[in-house]
Amino acid sequence: MMTIPEPQDNDLRNSPVMAEAEACPPPIDEMEPLEVLGVEPVLAQEEERLYVAGQWQLMWWKFRKHKMAIMGGIILIVFYVIGAFCEFVAPYDPEAYFIRYKMAPPTPVRIFDTMGKLHTPFIYHRDRSKDPETLRDIYAENPETRYPLRFFVKGEPYKLWGLFATETHLFGLAPDVEDQAVFLLGADRMGRDLFSRLCYGARLSLSIGLVGVFLSLALGIVLGGISGYYGGRVDTIIQRVIEFIRTIPTIPLWMALSAALPADWPVIKMYFGITIILSLVGWTGMARVVRGRFLSLRQDDFVLAARLCGSSEMRIILRHMVPSFLSHIIASLTLSIPGQILGETGLSYLGLGLRAPAISWGVLLQEAQNVRSLILAPWLLFGPAVCVVLTVFAYNFLGDGLRDAADPYAR
Amino acid sequence: MLGYILRRIGMMIPTLIVVSMLSFIIIQLPPGDYLTSYAATLRATGDAVDEAELESLRQRYGLGQPIYVQYYKWMSGILLRGDWGQSMEWRKPVKELIWEKMALTVFLSLVAISVSWFIAIPVGVFSATHQYSIPDYIFSAISFIGAGTPGFMIALVVMLVAMRQLGLNVGGLFSEEYILAPWSWAKFVDMLKHLWIPVIVIAFESTAGSIRTTRANVLDELNKPYVETARAKGVKERKLVWKYPVRVAMNPFFSTVGWTLANLIGGQTLVAVVLGLQTNGPMMLRALRSQDMYLAGSFLFLVSVLTVIGTLISDVLLAWVDPRIRMEG
Repeated sequence: MMTIPEPQDNDLRNSPVMAEAEACPPPIDEMEPLEVLGVEPVLAQEEERLYVAGQWQLMWWKFRKHKMAIMGGIILIVFYVIGAFCEFVAPYDPEAYFIRYKMAPPTPVRIFDTMGKLHTPFIYHRDRSKDPETLRDIYAENPETRYPLRFFVKGEPYKLWGLFATETHLFGLAPDVEDQAVFLLGADRMGRDLFSRLCYGARLSLSIGLVGVFLSLALGIVLGGISGYYGGRVDTIIQRVIEFIRTIPTIPLWMALSAALPADWPVIKMYFGITIILSLVGWTGMARVVRGRFLSLRQDDFVLAARLCGSSEMRIILRHMVPSFLSHIIASLTLSIPGQILGETGLSYLGLGLRAPAISWGVLLQEAQNVRSLILAPWLLFGPAVCVVLTVFAYNFLGDGLRDAADPYAR
Repeated sequence: MLGYILRRIGMMIPTLIVVSMLSFIIIQLPPGDYLTSYAATLRATGDAVDEAELESLRQRYGLGQPIYVQYYKWMSGILLRGDWGQSMEWRKPVKELIWEKMALTVFLSLVAISVSWFIAIPVGVFSATHQYSIPDYIFSAISFIGAGTPGFMIALVVMLVAMRQLGLNVGGLFSEEYILAPWSWAKFVDMLKHLWIPVIVIAFESTAGSIRTTRANVLDELNKPYVETARAKGVKERKLVWKYPVRVAMNPFFSTVGWTLANLIGGQTLVAVVLGLQTNGPMMLRALRSQDMYLAGSFLFLVSVLTVIGTLISDVLLAWVDPRIRMEG
């Protein structure tokens, strides 16, 4: 059966964002000087631009002003690109160990040599010796030999995403340099390159947040939507369930649930197990947001109009209501990703989450658990910790910016 | 007011029942049970297995029976006899193990929350009254860092720094000689000496949040006409700020005290594991790992009960300070 064509223009105009855009011309203090100078065509153009701009365009203009949010966005893009192309960015295989470089400190990358002459980035030859008293390894630089850092260098072969076989790495030493290695962030107790491991860890840690949030979103939209749209008894039941789940404190609940995952599961299965556990709590928050939005939108004129035009309930929800609060959803999604990333990190740190053959930031932190070894090799803690904290900050700022941009009434 | 409190308590009971079921089910999720794996270990090491003892334990907890029977046995034990079950790993009744840990956990959280308010309220008020000054920016930056950094990472860094720079071993709440000692004045003093690092770490996160809340609320109030009026009438600035806007701005604190406390109790689990505190976190983790289900379940249940009570306290306090709420319900 054909449905009556819907007045799409109309309901867009009635959505709060559009209404605000029309009702509110640019602030007076920006307009007046223009008028005094008699540059009215420019003004008209400006106004015109604002009037015809779509919802997303307006948000982008507003978002652009939020400097910290832009910074956060850039940091995240860099991190996600590194995570996506970790095989390429990492100079070494994350499991390859250099026996001669156990707990080696970060390799200093220099551009000036001892004579103060400028070069392309290079490292000095490093010699290992033992401290006669403490028996600790000492790595001394020998300024006689320089090894330039090469970009797009041939290294260990790998398959990008398991598909494209190649051996080009973003950077590294020339292939003919043996027994020397560049460890941007130091090496761990088995002589594995921490930077490479962090790159691989980024893939799991960053994606777990995204996958978890999308699971939460799916559950949250469906259940929150049902709850808010139908109201009544269904609403009461769903709200009660949410309340019960929220009564159990998150971290102990996560711990108990992930302790139930069999330890011998393969990495991939474990990964999804953890994700599901994280979103089991996450969806409740999402459902509340969605429900609140549904409750307020249900009464709006454009929903009524669509209903009078004979749209089906599903169509009203998906075509008309969801787009009008999608921006809010995206903002609260962004703000809930760090919680999930931290959840994985915390669980893995406790040894309840991902485990050793898997590489995530939490697993790396867990390997840095021993405080005594940290005294000798603090970079083992600072590498993953800085990554996690930076990601969390970036997401928080980005989320703040998005939330402000998505709220048409905020100044 | 009394009616309101009674009504809220009445609403709490079904919540508690469901929560106890949930904690029990969650604890039952891992396949197998402790007794079976324990017997297997004994057999593997060649030790004699006392089948009669195992059987009596099985009987007592209804192992192997449907889950609702087990749940019923566990719950009726708690409610009727105060018996939280037997910790199989420690071979002691659960109640002997948990109360001290829970008490320490609550104590630590209370100290942390007091410290955090003690710092956050003056700092937040200062930030608000000196908006956009350099100290305001510094405090805001610190509170952003605090709100974004997870507690267990701060704990790791603090421990590392204390050990590297000060040569202190900061793990735990007690010196070694006091860990197993019964409570005494000396033990208490010893604990106070160890307390400051966990308190700083735990308080840091909530302080950060509280500073931001206080600042925002006081700022809102400061722009209201009554403040202007008072100022015009010549009320001294200090009195003006502390007597009216700050008092109004305190409302969210009342409304969240229970929540904050509950969050701290659950949230400090990770910090406690990192710092090796003698609170519920590390013991619960161990119990979960070894499938010591009554111990783990009791912890999960108790922490949830504390959350429920925390919410109750929040609601009651809020109703007490804000008449609109108690009238409405």
